Amino acid sequence: MSVITIVFAVLFYVATAILLVFTAHKIWQYAKTPAPLKIPTTPAPTTRSGVVFRMIKELTIFESLFKSSKWTWLFGWMFHFGLLLVLLRHLRYFTDPVWGWVVFLQPFGKYAAFMMLAGLAGLWARRIFVDRVRYISAPSDHLMLLLLIAIGVTGALMTFVEHTDIVALKAFFLGLFVFNWSALPPDPILIVHLSLVILLMVIFPFSKLLHAPGVFFSPTRNQVDNPRERRHVADWATRLESTKTG
Amino acid sequence: MAAAEFETPKIREYPIIPRLQEGVMAHSKPYVAKPDFQEKLGYPGELVDNWKEVAIEKMGELTGKYRSLQVFLDSCVKCGACTDKCHYYLGTSDPKNMPVARQDLFRKVYRRYYTLSGKLFPKLVGAEDLTEEVLDDWYSYFHQCSQCRRCSVYCPYGIDTAEISMAAREVMDAVGKGQKYCNEIIGKVHVIGNNLGLPEPALADTLEGLEEDVEEETGVQVRFPLDEKGAEVLLVTPSADFFAEPHIDGLIGYAKVFHQAGISWTLSSYASEAANFGMFIGSYENMQKLALRIRQAALDLGVKRIVFGECGHAWRVAYSFLNTLAGPFDFLDPDYPVPQHICEVTHGLIEQGKLTLDPSQNDDMVLTYHDSCNVARASRMGDRPGGQFEIPREVIRSVCNHYVDMPSYSIGEGTYCCGGGGGLLTDDLIELRVKGALPRMEALKNVVDDYGVTHMAAMCAICKSQFSKVFPYYDFQMDQVVSVHQLVGNAIVLQPEEENRSEADQSEEAQDQAEAA
Ligand code: HEM
Ligand code: HEM
Ligand code: SF4
Ligand code: SF4
Repeated sequence: MSVITIVFAVLFYVATAILLVFTAHKIWQYAKTPAPLKIPTTPAPTTRSGVVFRMIKELTIFESLFKSSKWTWLFGWMFHFGLLLVLLRHLRYFTDPVWGWVVFLQPFGKYAAFMMLAGLAGLWARRIFVDRVRYISAPSDHLMLLLLIAIGVTGALMTFVEHTDIVALKAFFLGLFVFNWSALPPDPILIVHLSLVILLMVIFPFSKLLHAPGVFFSPTRNQVDNPRERRHVADWATRLESTKTG
Repeated sequence: MAAAEFETPKIREYPIIPRLQEGVMAHSKPYVAKPDFQEKLGYPGELVDNWKEVAIEKMGELTGKYRSLQVFLDSCVKCGACTDKCHYYLGTSDPKNMPVARQDLFRKVYRRYYTLSGKLFPKLVGAEDLTEEVLDDWYSYFHQCSQCRRCSVYCPYGIDTAEISMAAREVMDAVGKGQKYCNEIIGKVHVIGNNLGLPEPALADTLEGLEEDVEEETGVQVRFPLDEKGAEVLLVTPSADFFAEPHIDGLIGYAKVFHQAGISWTLSSYASEAANFGMFIGSYENMQKLALRIRQAALDLGVKRIVFGECGHAWRVAYSFLNTLAGPFDFLDPDYPVPQHICEVTHGLIEQGKLTLDPSQNDDMVLTYHDSCNVARASRMGDRPGGQFEIPREVIRSVCNHYVDMPSYSIGEGTYCCGGGGGLLTDDLIELRVKGALPRMEALKNVVDDYGVTHMAAMCAICKSQFSKVFPYYDFQMDQVVSVHQLVGNAIVLQPEEENRSEADQSEEAQDQAEAA
């Protein structure tokens, strides 16, 4: 078994563990931190189902972003929707047999790479050329886009220019699941693609990519507007309750 | 006077997003609270020696107490969507007044001490040590946020810079660097019951004077009761309503509404303040202590309902927090929401035909309406989302013949703050207040030029004071801002003979009128 196979097998285990453990820790932290007061940005839904609808709109069409900046919305949405299709198409490397709907998405996922890359390019251009966005950018904000672009470009190179051995690759990943490793195709582009993906997985729980779990916990978006009907006393606030009369 | 000379921004025909001018507002700082005021609220009198440790520890405590803070600090992707949404940025061009940049003043410290990436690679992720310069920036720029929540409307994750400002102010209080204006006021309410420190005799005097004025003007004895046990309604209103213009005309309006509807009501000298500055400094404890005064007054006076007068941030605390902070209010009449806004009351009475109104009394004005930020984006009226926009407008439309809205981006949920909210309504911040009013002034100018608007109605004590002050800088007259209930008061037709009849008769008549209508 080649060194590359061993190195990547180990790296994937480690990266997956980091991604899952630390993201789970963050989600747990968000869930357990109390939201002591009702702070939905109003007008807000007055029912649970209304809130679910509001969240679905935020997640699927980026409703608030649409209100604020059409260009950012356009590029952001192209990137995320492209990313979603690409990732769904990637499921074929990890499932056997490949699910029917993934097969159906195959052709779309293939070209979604361009949508994703165009979106990323637009976002980066904004970050560089709009003085306000440039001002608020740290080096990591630029590098994050660069990283995603590099992953996208290496991926697209494999899809459209320099194919890799998909069957062997799939065997490698399925082998990882059952701790029965098989060789990873040593194609340079694939190695770069996978190295960058590992990097992405590792930084996910320590970076702004936490917006993905975070958006579900944002009190200004996920709270029901019913403070006159119901009280919302956080645990830490109950000790203050004793000062009350009546 | 600390405020330096400054230039009033020019009103342009269309709003233009300014280019960055770094540091132009760094000098804008409110006076620091004096030691005895700090100590009264339980904070250190002045900057403590180990302030860095205290601040960092407090930061951790707050992220553990408030999910909003924790999620907001982690989630911002620096997309920039909020950068052109803050009136203080639009009016000053100072990049640190862009909501995300304001958050970053706090976030960079959070990252440095509470995140792995910030501990390992501070430069890479924009993390920074807490230094004196940083604290200075905090003091400056977290007192350039009116907690208006406009940014939170436009952020894809609803990140509300107001939450960060509140947390930052709480941290500053904890290390002994509090703001004079807010902390002095909170101290006064704890002791006396209102922001002005107006004691009971003075208040009684003022109200008596008002009764006389109204009787002189209308020939009808409209009462302004204080501390009357057994009244149906406890009215809690900002103390500015007792003396400031045009606030006081709003108070007269409420009194006329109650009078004509035959609802017995009272003010309380113990809880003679609707505004709750505890929110501005992010202090749950102070906010709750102030809210509990209202509960106590309601119990002592044995009222059945609590109604709030015209005030923006106050309505947020009342609508969104009062029940949580000081409830349950199961001793009040369950047929009414607790609390109610005076506009909800008036609106209901108008719908039931219980008010006799003559809108032509306001024919000397062409009106527009300024949605107060915290009414618009942090609360509601009525039982449907958006009622906070419709109800005041319906009230205004039923008492005036000439009304137009300002441009759509500047009203409703997108409304611009007046520039003086969130604990900034103080003379030491006048430059900020004038510049921050620019977006609202531009929107107003728009309808003044196009539709001949003469007056802008507002429904918040802060907005009214702020506009009275800044209007002249923009070549408007200070009396061009009016209270919503001033308009209602103007239009109510009071029948002099009514005063001799019992309340029962009055409401019977109102019933008849309603049926006839
Ligand atoms: C729940 C799923 C997600 C939602 C709702 C979401 C939403 C958003 C939104 C609204 C923005 C701001 C607009 C923009 O710049 O595109 C954004 C930015 C961003 N998202 Fe996501 N996202 C999600 C998942 C992800 C994932 C899984 C990744 C990466 C692997 C990601 C990477 C990014 C990046 C890098 C940016 C910043 C773009 C820039 O620099 O301008 N997002 N996201
Ligand atoms: C373990 C994880 C991953 C593996 C094994 C993997 C592997 C591959 C392979 C083999 C291809 C070529 C497909 C073909 O020839 O048809 C590809 C393409 C691509 N990959 Fe990945 N990739 C992974 C993760 C990611 C991630 C996280 C992203 C995005 C952030 C990404 C973005 C792309 C793109 C945009 C393409 C080109 C379009 C497509 O074929 O779908 N990949 N990837
Ligand atoms: S809350 Fe209002 S004042 Fe504060 S940053 Fe946001 S838009 Fe500006
Ligand atoms: S809109 Fe929200 S996510 Fe985007 S930069 Fe502003 S605060 Fe950050």
